[in-house]
Amino acid sequence: MSVVRGYNFAYLDEQTKRMIRRGLLKAVAVPGYQVPFGSREMPLPYGWGTGGIQVTASVIGPDDVLKVIDQGADDTTNAVSIRRFFARVAGVATTERTTEATLIQTRHRIPETPLAEGQILVYQVPIPEPLRWVEPRETETRKMHALTEYGVMHVKLYEDITRHGRIATSFNYPVLVNGRYVMSPSPIPKFDNPKMHRMPALQLFGAGREKRLYAVPPHTRVESLDFEDHPFEVQTWDDVCALCGADDSYLDEVIVDDQGGRMFVCSDSDYCRQRRDAGHAGHGGPSDLETVERGTP
Amino acid sequence: MTAETNRPLLRAEGVSKFYGRHVGCRDVSFELHPGEVLGIVGESGSGKTTLLNCLSAQLEPTAGHVLYDTRADGLTDVYRMSEAARRLLMRSDWGLVRQNPRDGLRMGVSAGANVGERLMAVGARHYGNIRSEATDWLSRVEIDADRVDDPPATFSGGMQQRVQLARNLVTRPRLVFMDEPTGGLDVSVQARLLDLLRGLVNDLGLSAVVVTHDLAVTRLLAHRLMVMKGGAVVETGLTDQVLDDPQHPYSQLLVSSILQP
Repeated sequence: MSVVRGYNFAYLDEQTKRMIRRGLLKAVAVPGYQVPFGSREMPLPYGWGTGGIQVTASVIGPDDVLKVIDQGADDTTNAVSIRRFFARVAGVATTERTTEATLIQTRHRIPETPLAEGQILVYQVPIPEPLRWVEPRETETRKMHALTEYGVMHVKLYEDITRHGRIATSFNYPVLVNGRYVMSPSPIPKFDNPKMHRMPALQLFGAGREKRLYAVPPHTRVESLDFEDHPFEVQTWDDVCALCGADDSYLDEVIVDDQGGRMFVCSDSDYCRQRRDAGHAGHGGPSDLETVERGTP
Repeated sequence: MTAETNRPLLRAEGVSKFYGRHVGCRDVSFELHPGEVLGIVGESGSGKTTLLNCLSAQLEPTAGHVLYDTRADGLTDVYRMSEAARRLLMRSDWGLVRQNPRDGLRMGVSAGANVGERLMAVGARHYGNIRSEATDWLSRVEIDADRVDDPPATFSGGMQQRVQLARNLVTRPRLVFMDEPTGGLDVSVQARLLDLLRGLVNDLGLSAVVVTHDLAVTRLLAHRLMVMKGGAVVETGLTDQVLDDPQHPYSQLLVSSILQP
């Protein structure tokens, strides 16, 4: 793909990148703390990853290999257009393979393949404030962070158990970083929360509309909040991936016909492909779990 | 009075609050001892609520000091404490019952979560224990155990006020501030709430500062009374003494304004 002329390397001007890098350094120094930054207008709408794309633009170099995923997949609109954007304005190599990438921008998932030291994972964050649900005032939430007043976070979990008999929050599940700051992990499924704990890769978070950066440095403690008698647990599935037979990955449910037939497939398209290349195969068809009961033929 | 109650729990020293040229309250001093209930009465705009906000660490007075006998350090100026210590005090050792329960409750979450919030704020992390403690406190304020999972938005005004009470008492505070606790309730509900309050205050040995314009409330609850007018205290004394034999002309007016049924 040809590199577009007329733009600075990676679209943003150098001063902006410096400003964002300074913010990121502070974020890395204080794990989980939300650093305000002067978010720029980007050539995509808010909610599509304006925060993540600015972080990526600030840390990317000509030697980087970029991978972009959206809901775990490399081939969805958002992933394709952001990857194409950086290929054009930075001229960097791109990949769909997790192991080859040095920089991974993600929305809603952490790759199933464990990340290694030297890799950077950039998250797109819609609402960076984990306390927003309980406290609408920004001045008050900042004070609560400063004074470590996190009791109210458990009110939400308490309410979950009261209503559903278990902690029903399944994504954007709040975590405590390095024993200090409660942090929103961005809307990743809670299935991915354990992967953040002591991850060897650097994790950077950017919220464009809310103008906040935060980070989890490599090998940092990340604990999901829970109760002693209702410990944190991740989702499980009764079926395996129909394409690769994986039973350890996050599965998407896909409706395949008008009779309510459905199949489960890996949400991480690269992981699924790796497994199929290695010779694994699933049962291939729709899931036989309670298939046709939903509609009358 | 016995020897150990000689140390005041709360002491106000010349508390004044000015809003620009307007006077909120002026030069209020008193001592509140453990187990004592102080009523503050006066008409609208007499500075009752301003004074209560100053005392309960929500509004820094323009002049004067508010000292509280903390468990760790003894008598301490609440506005000289670190903000962290002050906020911890407010959610553990103190209670604040507001006139409108909507200001003091989370209307969107269940009554149990409302009561359990303070426990979670001071570190409780066992769902079963929090829930049983919350249920216990709700039953003490006469709310059925089967309503514990309902949000307060579905409760009547009187019930909401009782949930607010349970929410404040769950951490066993030593001092409770109440701003018109019976405001907006009809008389029979008022009577039950007052009865309950009086029982709880006696059982728990609570100290309380109760602001109200309703003299009947103070007659039932308060041991001592302060009458305020135009931001200043015009008369203080034992409740019965002030109500039965008011000395200041304004107190006389206030007492004589009560409708005799």
